[in-house]
Amino acid sequence: MANLLLLGQQTGNSWDLPANIAFYVIAVIAIGSALRMVTTNNVVHSALYLLLVLSSVAAVYILLGAEFVAATQVLVYIGAILVLLIFGVMLTRARIGIDDDLNYEQRWIGLGVSSLLFVVIAYSLWDFYGSDTRLVGYEPQRTREVADSIFSTYIVPFEAISVLLLAALIGAVVVARRD
Amino acid sequence: MLLNQYLLLAAALFCIGVYGVLTRKNGVMVLMSIELILNAVNINMVAFGVHNAEAGAASVGGAVFALFIIAVAAAEVGVGLAIVLLIYRNRRSINVADASLMKG
Repeated sequence: MANLLLLGQQTGNSWDLPANIAFYVIAVIAIGSALRMVTTNNVVHSALYLLLVLSSVAAVYILLGAEFVAATQVLVYIGAILVLLIFGVMLTRARIGIDDDLNYEQRWIGLGVSSLLFVVIAYSLWDFYGSDTRLVGYEPQRTREVADSIFSTYIVPFEAISVLLLAALIGAVVVARRD
Repeated sequence: MLLNQYLLLAAALFCIGVYGVLTRKNGVMVLMSIELILNAVNINMVAFGVHNAEAGAASVGGAVFALFIIAVAAAEVGVGLAIVLLIYRNRRSINVADASLMKG
């Protein structure tokens, strides 16, 4: 744990310290806004906190060198999915403003389950990877390599995804159509 | 940077998402929490992709998997919102506990 908190020691990389500082700033923003997202009593505020979480996750991708994934995250998640969710809030005529009836009474059970899950996951991660598994292949991933990989190695899953998206499109239209 | 930093961040986001799914009544907010869970998984994918790369060479396998998950998430939220809207139209409520027609 001490190794995790001592920012960027032991490695010869000059960017390790700024990367660590950036990571902790992003992580605090992500976890704080995620916590507010699941606890706030306002549906619209919840959607806006989700925007903050998605942006911080995009920043984490940039930090990991996955620039194309970060751009896709902004375009698809923030640009499309979040707008769709806000449309959902609007179409279901949720109460705009404070709504005290958003959570179940038994939220302590949910808190217990998720805390237990976190303890188990964190313990097993710490047990297996510890504080000595460092990221070495820290190069920015070029979009050309990503595209080459998608259209050669992963061509079959790519086509399957296209068919899945088409099926989901048709399915959504059929389910939501007013007869 | 440690691999564990990213994995622990993803685990925290995942568990917050699970809490949201378990405690929210509003169907749209349940969908938002599911997006949080999928994002946590995506961070794991990209971090493991970087971890698996040879030193000095980029590895794109994890990034490609993350892109596929983003595409599936788009499909999932489209169908999920259609279902929530249908429930709202039929029952005048998006409380997920009200959709109990198949309860034995």
